[in-house]
Amino acid sequence: MTAGPRYEVIIGLEVHVELKTRTKLFCGCENRFGAPPNTLTCPVCLGLPGVLPVLNREAVAMAARAGLALGCTVREHSRFDRKQYFYPDLPKGYQISQYDHPLCEHGQLRLYDGQGQYRKTVRIRRIHLEEDAGKLNHLGERLSDATGSLVDLNRAGVPLIEIVSEPDLRSGEEARWYLNALRATLAYLDVSDLRMEEGSMRCDANISLRPLDFTGSLADLPRVEVKNLNSVRNVERAIEYEVRRQAAQLSQGLGIERETRGFDDASGRTYSQRSKEEAHDYRYFPEPDLPPLVLTTEQITAWRDSLPSLPDAVREDLTAAGIDPRTVEVVVQDPAAVAYLWAAAQDYGRAEAVANWMLADLARLLNAHRRSYRDCPVPPAELANLLRLIDRGTLSGRMAKEVLEVMFVKGVTAEAAVAQLGVSQISDVDHLRPVVEAVIAEQPKVVADWRAGKEKAIGFLVGQVMKRTAGQANPELVNRLLREVLARQAHPLP
Amino acid sequence: MEILDLGARALAEAVQSGALSATAVLEAYWAHIQATEPQVRAFLHLDVERARARALAIDQAPSHLRRTWPLAGVPVAVKDNIVTEGMPTTAGSRILEGWRSPYTATVVARLEAAGAVVLGKTNLDEFAMGSSTEYSAYHPTVNPWDPKRVPGGSSGGSAAAVAAGMAAVALGSDTGGSIRQPAAYCGVVGLKPTYGRVSRYGLIAFASSLDQIGPIARSVEDAALALGVLAGLDPKDATSVPEPVPDYVAAIDELPSAVRIGVPEEYFGEGIDPAVREVVSAALRRMEAQGATLVPIPMPHTAYAIAAYYLIAPAEASSNLARYDGIRFGFRAGAPDLVRLYEETRARGFGVEVKRRILLGTHVLSAGYYDAYYLQAQRVRTLIRGDFERAFQVVDVVATPTTPDLPFPLGSRSEDPLRMYLSDVFTVTANLAGLPAVSVPAGFVDGLPVGLQLIGPAFSEAELLRTARLVERVAPRMRWPWQQGREGAEAR
Ligand SMILES: [Zn+2]
Repeated sequence: MTAGPRYEVIIGLEVHVELKTRTKLFCGCENRFGAPPNTLTCPVCLGLPGVLPVLNREAVAMAARAGLALGCTVREHSRFDRKQYFYPDLPKGYQISQYDHPLCEHGQLRLYDGQGQYRKTVRIRRIHLEEDAGKLNHLGERLSDATGSLVDLNRAGVPLIEIVSEPDLRSGEEARWYLNALRATLAYLDVSDLRMEEGSMRCDANISLRPLDFTGSLADLPRVEVKNLNSVRNVERAIEYEVRRQAAQLSQGLGIERETRGFDDASGRTYSQRSKEEAHDYRYFPEPDLPPLVLTTEQITAWRDSLPSLPDAVREDLTAAGIDPRTVEVVVQDPAAVAYLWAAAQDYGRAEAVANWMLADLARLLNAHRRSYRDCPVPPAELANLLRLIDRGTLSGRMAKEVLEVMFVKGVTAEAAVAQLGVSQISDVDHLRPVVEAVIAEQPKVVADWRAGKEKAIGFLVGQVMKRTAGQANPELVNRLLREVLARQAHPLP
Repeated sequence: MEILDLGARALAEAVQSGALSATAVLEAYWAHIQATEPQVRAFLHLDVERARARALAIDQAPSHLRRTWPLAGVPVAVKDNIVTEGMPTTAGSRILEGWRSPYTATVVARLEAAGAVVLGKTNLDEFAMGSSTEYSAYHPTVNPWDPKRVPGGSSGGSAAAVAAGMAAVALGSDTGGSIRQPAAYCGVVGLKPTYGRVSRYGLIAFASSLDQIGPIARSVEDAALALGVLAGLDPKDATSVPEPVPDYVAAIDELPSAVRIGVPEEYFGEGIDPAVREVVSAALRRMEAQGATLVPIPMPHTAYAIAAYYLIAPAEASSNLARYDGIRFGFRAGAPDLVRLYEETRARGFGVEVKRRILLGTHVLSAGYYDAYYLQAQRVRTLIRGDFERAFQVVDVVATPTTPDLPFPLGSRSEDPLRMYLSDVFTVTANLAGLPAVSVPAGFVDGLPVGLQLIGPAFSEAELLRTARLVERVAPRMRWPWQQGREGAEAR
């Protein structure tokens, strides 16, 4: 009997994304990360007695556009509900969310692997709009020995969309593809900062194992929810750990308990937070302070018509431009990179060369200096100029890397960087020929070795020329000139 | 001229014209309050210095401005579940003892912009949950007509303040009758506007889909004047409505000539005190003599109204009161951990009736019960709305007794919540249907006032108040409590 897997892995993801509206979802407070605690608050988002929410239309537009970009139907009639629980970061004792009439439903997302290969389509169940909670800052090393907790409500009331997938994912790897595809789509819409480490994008994973002989409804499978995963990598790790753990439980004949678990970054393990018995009854009911959200067909159509180019279309365009699929897969994640690529390619002519430079050298610099293509100090036109200098032989590939770094750090043009470095490559034959001839004259023994068949000897001669030109000679040109002069000496012209 | 005998409209006109100063009005009221308040106890907070500063500012304002203020110099009282910057707001609860709001409710801002002088904050049942003001965490208020009886509730302090001559107009809030029932018990006019007519921003929520702020006044005319100031769209309240605000005072200038009044027998049947029924019926007959037509109409779903109300209102209340957790404001009990902090704060901060409703409401919304209770109650709500829609196809207004009984003695019902709940039986339907309703004094039984309630179609306040003036016209006159024993003066 083969020991193949006796279970199928069933995964659904719930992704929370903070919308970068100007103001919060239900009040006029600024929506911004990093301000001093409780400075971006007002009676409404503090949940003081007597306040009422007023819906931010900008957030509705962003959420609806996200839904449309993900292939969802946007409901003309949706509704807000109260999700109730007590916690110090939740000022009103309830979160205004959407329960059974969400803004968007029935979408899908196409997944591609790192090689740029299409792998599968995952269905999106719903996208709803809700408010974020505040943040607790615990005094002390760990929560268990905290001496106190401070509440910061700057984030309370910031608009979130929650994107709920159908349980269509089968592995941690697929979850990674899904999150990358989702992040790329939202990045093209420019509706969120999408920073998982700052919490502007957060992920919960629902994981269950279905025995291959199980024929019932997926909803009846005991499901484990791993909460608050703060990086794509941790989503993958948590899923892989959880699949192993549940498989071990089942193989020992133990059941899987429906529960909520956390993920410990250091150990890579999940741990139990809340069992089914302790699960909240959120007592959802329609939010009486907000009228139903009614959108017109015209409004929804206008949003759909104004969607930008989305990753799937851009992927096709980049591939058609002759770029390697793996490179495409990296570039397509970032709309600013795509815009940069198109701008530089239009100027320079060859998209592939631009893409290669972006991926290798520019990406390294952006990473090292914590910049993005949005605020890249080297404009696309200057990258094009740099590439032309290489083509003309003014710069070697190696020199160009140095020049690019100077361009990036000092924010100067390619020409200015070349001048500053004094690295312009000598490609002038008339300038180089006398040097070549002099070196040949000074090295009769090496010349003799080469004539005797020692091919390597030519390298020494090239080195000598480079030395005399302080390394600025174009080595390929030197090599060619040496062979020319030596050949002529062997067969002098009449 | 006795300042205290003037209604709000007459006072405002006198101050607008300069015949009276706002300061003189205020001082007359203040002297009367000092003499009267110790017996009535209508207020939780009085701030005469703040009022004096306001009155002085009105007197010093250019006369061309003062003439445009519809409530110039009118002393008003505000129910203490409406927030006011600069004064405490307790909602009648220990859990908000000492809390001062950093912002002011839209209605109070509108009153002050119209020249009104806020005297202080009036007593109420804790979080507006009650029908007698006995559930105030601070002290009871007595009925100015009989100090052994309750003023009604939950806006008992506001109704008593107006009836006792301690405010010309007062703000109340009405979730299931909390303006109209105390208005009826105290012999004053109390109006609950259409849901959405008046901003709720700054009203401490009890049941958000039912709550509405409205005026309590000595006369229909004064209620109309105040409503004109209070009504209108507020961008801070998404449930307020952009319906134009008519000139209510001008609208009630003429009495209705041939109003059709629907009389639902469900509101005149069992459980009603025969003396109350007789006063209301007599008023209706006199209106008929004035040209009104009485039309018997069916209101078949009335019987379910109280049950629906006591599911929906506590459900919403259980949610609205979650924010009183001891974390950010108000009372906090010391406790060793978070859960105990919540438990102790709420156990000690809330009174028994509030806890009863939170428990009830939490149960109603719980998994497995929601459909049977909350959704079913919402269906009843739709049916009750349908009753009214059908009625308004054949009548202009619906008339009922405001309450089934007379003001009851203090302490007689506070141990019997079900009996207390039943005193809302005639008023909750207007809240469930979101309709405007007004209680107007219709007469007296043994010196105790009886109210007649008129309910109209949505946003028909002008017509409703016009009919209310007809009630006022046909009702027997009586001296106000503060005029008792004085020669020649009479109420209305
Ligand atoms: Zn705010």
